[in-house]
Amino acid sequence: MVGGIFPPNRLRRENMLKRGKQFTLRQQQEIWAFAFLAIPLLFFAFIRFYPALYAFNISLRSWSMLSPDRPFVGLQNYRDMFQDEVFWKALKNTFTYTLLGVPLQLVIGLGIALMLHNVKRLVPLFRALYFVPYITSVVAVAWVWRFMYQPHIGILNRFLMDLGFEQIQFLRNPDTALYSILAMIVWHGVGFQIVLFLAGLEMIPDMYYEAAQIDGADSRQVFFRITLPLLNPTIVFVVVMSSIRFLQVFSEVMNMSNEGLGGPLNSTISTVLHIYRTAFHRFDMGRASAMTVFLFAIVLVITVIQMKLVTRKIEY
Amino acid sequence: MRKRSLVLVLAAAMVLVLAATSLADVTIEYWQYYYESKVQLIDELIKEFEAQNPGIKVKHITFPYDTFNEQVAAAVAAGQGPDVLNIFYGWLPTYLKEGFLQPLPEEYFPVEEIEERFIPMVSAVKVDGKYWALPTAVRSLALFYNVDHFAEEGFTEPPKTWDELLEMAIKLTRRTDRGALIRQGYGWNVTGQDWHLFREVLLRQWGVKPLSDDNRTVTMNSGPAAYEVLQWWTDWSKKYGVGEEEGRGLYRDSFIAGRASMIVDGSFGIGTISANPNLNWAVAELPVKEIGGEKANFGSFWAHAITRNAQGEKLEAAAKFLQFITSDDVQRIWLERVGELPASRQLAQDSELAQDPVYGPFVRGLEYAHATFFVDEQVERELIVEAVDKILLLDAPVKETLDKLVEDLQKVRDEYFNSLE
Repeated sequence: MVGGIFPPNRLRRENMLKRGKQFTLRQQQEIWAFAFLAIPLLFFAFIRFYPALYAFNISLRSWSMLSPDRPFVGLQNYRDMFQDEVFWKALKNTFTYTLLGVPLQLVIGLGIALMLHNVKRLVPLFRALYFVPYITSVVAVAWVWRFMYQPHIGILNRFLMDLGFEQIQFLRNPDTALYSILAMIVWHGVGFQIVLFLAGLEMIPDMYYEAAQIDGADSRQVFFRITLPLLNPTIVFVVVMSSIRFLQVFSEVMNMSNEGLGGPLNSTISTVLHIYRTAFHRFDMGRASAMTVFLFAIVLVITVIQMKLVTRKIEY
Repeated sequence: MRKRSLVLVLAAAMVLVLAATSLADVTIEYWQYYYESKVQLIDELIKEFEAQNPGIKVKHITFPYDTFNEQVAAAVAAGQGPDVLNIFYGWLPTYLKEGFLQPLPEEYFPVEEIEERFIPMVSAVKVDGKYWALPTAVRSLALFYNVDHFAEEGFTEPPKTWDELLEMAIKLTRRTDRGALIRQGYGWNVTGQDWHLFREVLLRQWGVKPLSDDNRTVTMNSGPAAYEVLQWWTDWSKKYGVGEEEGRGLYRDSFIAGRASMIVDGSFGIGTISANPNLNWAVAELPVKEIGGEKANFGSFWAHAITRNAQGEKLEAAAKFLQFITSDDVQRIWLERVGELPASRQLAQDSELAQDPVYGPFVRGLEYAHATFFVDEQVERELIVEAVDKILLLDAPVKETLDKLVEDLQKVRDEYFNSLE
């Protein structure tokens, strides 16, 4: 019965030919790869991309979260957004966080990584010490810093007073509040960068350093001619990641400003916090989505520029 | 044989399930934020209510206070949410505006009956001639003071006027030689209760009505006394240094820690404060401008509202449940168990309660308490805090700041009333 009128051998060959026409071995592998990737891809499509795209839709509608109606209003939310003083303030603050935070974290992170790279004893201990803040909850860290910054009873102000200085109203003064929060963000995130830089440093082959030594290069030359260029991929990664992170700063400000409002007098409010307040305090999902779209565009543009500017091929 | 018995068991189970669901054919959801004593009491009350009303089941859902608006808004957006919602009266207008609430059904809650039975403050949830919610309990403000600190300075009586309060606060304040504040004579704040104190107590006692009678116009700057009292009140912190804004809720923590000798707090603070056996404290009625002058207080409440989810049988069940949890009997238990003041006229006028050393000052305060008609408590509060911050931190001139504040508050009010029309 099996094989019907064709001899079994021929049938197998036909089948193989047919299959061969449809899919090459490579294509088959790809199909399998996509089959395995389907679940995470579906996850991303529905949990990540769909809501993100939906935000574009919402940004063109007037939608109070409590109301069932979502009438289309065109670009009204964007017009309102640009007339909102707090939005501009939040945007300015966000750029301050980013423009100060990214280089500061980069320099400190690279500096500590270079020093740690030379440490030969107790290496795991040091690495763990620097990494611990990063794995500690932002909220917990924010509140501890908030207590340290307290006037009259906070440890920092006590220390200042013991040394004979005046108190500083770290978080209560609109001139110092943003920098006080920024310091905490830098401290909190620097451990992650140290680990990345250490990995990057380890990737640089020793032979370049040996060659430089033989040629009589001093340590400055070694750093600027070898270490820094060869660390470039790591630096690009770190700069892009931390720029995005600073542009999206939220939890720290939320937890360190009074009632999470980004005060005093909006001196610390970030764009994301303003989006959050607009969405969940004012229930204005339309305008909140418009701001989200705007922030998305900013992050996109900045990231693309960074990739173009900072990515250079280094060959030796 | 085995198969048949299995089928029989399954069939029996199905019948039971069906019977159970048909018995409890109406289930309503009651939502409130998590506050332990309230949650426990409501759980017990639900059991009692269900026993009295067979056929109605109440599902009790709680969530953290801080995420109140997120939780409710997210549920509403997803087409779900409560049938009965416990909501701060100042947030109610926002929810009402968006059509999330329905007026209390007339046949269960006639307007005249509500106004006869409840204290006048409750009219803060009367919009368009209809009541949109009812409270079980209400709160008012009073002055908490540290008896030991008073004894140190030889004070035997709490202050009767605000002048006296400031004078005493100056004496009670302790600083190091470097100026660090060790003890605040008065736990000054704007983010705690004192923004209400300014708006509903100080302004009124200085002869300035904060709002027009129809609640549509902000009149906080009608008259020179308004600027005067704002200047003076902010000077308590700025010029006299008797206390400092520390952040929301921290005035109470400072009082408990003995770092503030006096605070103005709501009756809802009694529970937390009385949980500290080492603290020697007492309560007094709020001071006045001059002896014999106008008394004023700020009253507020959480009220139970019926949402648009409750229709037909559910609406009936929700109304019955609301009647039950706002009854005098429940209010009496509520006072004992939660420590909040009854909203019923009859209970509030109870002379024994008015003589209570702790509850007395609050209950007496209810008589002359005003519940601000907020259109959006959160936004209005942020605006007032911002204005005061400008005066404190940027030395902004009081007159311009108050005028700008009134303008901003008016804008919020106009937007609200325009959206209703």
